[in-house]
Amino acid sequence: MLDDFFLRALVAGVGLALTTGPLGCFVVWRRMAYFGDTMAHSALLGVALSLLMSFNLLLSVFAVAATVSILLLLLQKRGTLSTDALLGILSHATLAIGLVIVSFMTWVRIDLVGFLFGDILAVSRADVDLVWGGGILVLFAIVWMWRPLIASTVNPELAEAEGLQPERARLAFMLLMALVIAISMKIVGILLITSLLIIPAATARRFSTSPEVMAVLASLIGALAVIGGLFGSLKFDTPSGPSIVVAALGLFILSLLTRPRTGGAEHPAASQKGPA
Amino acid sequence: MMLQTPTKTIPPLVSLAGVGVRRQGRWLVRGVEFSIAPGEIVTLIGPNGSGKSTTAKAAIGVLKADEGRVERKAGLKVGYVPQKLAVDWTMPLTVDRLMTLTAPLKGAEIDAALEATGIRHLARAEVQHLSGGEFQRALLARAIARKPDLLVLDEPVQGVDFSGEIALYDLIKTIRNTTGCGILLISHDLHVVMAETDTVICLNGHVCCRGTPETVSQSPEYLRLFGARAGQTLAFYNHHHDHTHLPDGRVLHADGSITSDCRPDDGHHGDILPSGGKAGPMRIVHTSGPNCACGHDHGPAPAASEGERRDA
Repeated sequence: MLDDFFLRALVAGVGLALTTGPLGCFVVWRRMAYFGDTMAHSALLGVALSLLMSFNLLLSVFAVAATVSILLLLLQKRGTLSTDALLGILSHATLAIGLVIVSFMTWVRIDLVGFLFGDILAVSRADVDLVWGGGILVLFAIVWMWRPLIASTVNPELAEAEGLQPERARLAFMLLMALVIAISMKIVGILLITSLLIIPAATARRFSTSPEVMAVLASLIGALAVIGGLFGSLKFDTPSGPSIVVAALGLFILSLLTRPRTGGAEHPAASQKGPA
Repeated sequence: MMLQTPTKTIPPLVSLAGVGVRRQGRWLVRGVEFSIAPGEIVTLIGPNGSGKSTTAKAAIGVLKADEGRVERKAGLKVGYVPQKLAVDWTMPLTVDRLMTLTAPLKGAEIDAALEATGIRHLARAEVQHLSGGEFQRALLARAIARKPDLLVLDEPVQGVDFSGEIALYDLIKTIRNTTGCGILLISHDLHVVMAETDTVICLNGHVCCRGTPETVSQSPEYLRLFGARAGQTLAFYNHHHDHTHLPDGRVLHADGSITSDCRPDDGHHGDILPSGGKAGPMRIVHTSGPNCACGHDHGPAPAASEGERRDA
């Protein structure tokens, strides 16, 4: 059934979007968009190291992304530089080191553009299995840790005081991010992974009444963007990864045109301000 | 008045012995000792940066103590209202959903907690749309809904208007009386706290003084820390009278004269409060000695009967 390259791309892309939906919600809620970018950029270093040491690509990317996130945690605790400066350093340093290592390896022919922007139309049957297997694992972990994840997103100290373990939730979240980046690299590429995390979640926000609804909606909107982007790419002969992102952006803009859900409708003094 | 030791036979919910917390080479707080028994209200007061929140966090294990010992009852269930909590507007979170943030609850338990804090009509509102006072009530509702053994409230009435403040303190008292939970309250709001609390601990990087509200308000350390005006203000707030008992036991009269004792014709209770003054659900805290002859009723007398203020 999965002989057709286009069908494989659709199945893999939808599988990935279902996974990035809930994870992307946490990226948005925790204001970690740039953090996601940094982890994604470090994937290229993972690719380079994998080629250099003939090591499994997926494991290598996962290991580097996870290492970078833990490194960031440690640097944050030292508190000498602001988080965005640290992210800027790590993000571009890992990307640059990856590029430099690749340029040294004259003996390997590497499709750099494929890694940076993805090549979803080239996914194999094994890739599809990987995306769905990894995706189900990630979703299962998120559901299992849902309450500690949500509680520590709202307030880690509150979560800690009431017996949930926010540090563990945070670490698990980072590892899940690293895993998703590793499995999605081939589909949307290193430079566009975070858009598939953030844009569907941001689109879902306007129609959501609870974190749970938002997570599910983000998955569905992401899947819709993948389908729309892939068909668009086929019709207009455009690169598939960027086309998916453009489709996601289109859905986001559409959502802006609809009337916002008024969460505080019963509350006459509703304002845009958050609680002080 | 003697220091209350009502429940010393029951093991405390939490006890701190010589606790200190150190950050970046600086002691935020040091040498803290106290324990909270079931049904006891302990209030931490002190200026900004005196280590109130740090002490509370060490007590419930959010911060690790760098010295000393913190012992908590096994399986202690904590309800916590942090000093600062901002929910990012990107997270759709209704008051209802906030209730089950850290543990599942039955619908009836949620309703009861919202009812008690007077925000049941806001159950479906998003927390980002609440006013500061409404949000504080929602946080308090969340903390009490889970029926904790120990309720830790870090400035729970911030942003709450005056009548709401009275209602919330009344509610806190009611919670203690009905559930028998211990309460650790952090406040800079001396005059109201003074009324319901069993033990006041005044912090300033260390325990500066402690005891019943009465003893603390008279202690020289307290007066040095907050200035003599704090004592005066306290007296003003607690006596809506034509004269004021100074912390040192002397009496300041409306005409500005100071005598060592009340005059025989005192007792005319003026209705006018000093500007900025407010009344609260407090019993009269007398800052003079036990032999005052001014003729006032000095006995414990809560200003409002329980249960009638929740509509505020």
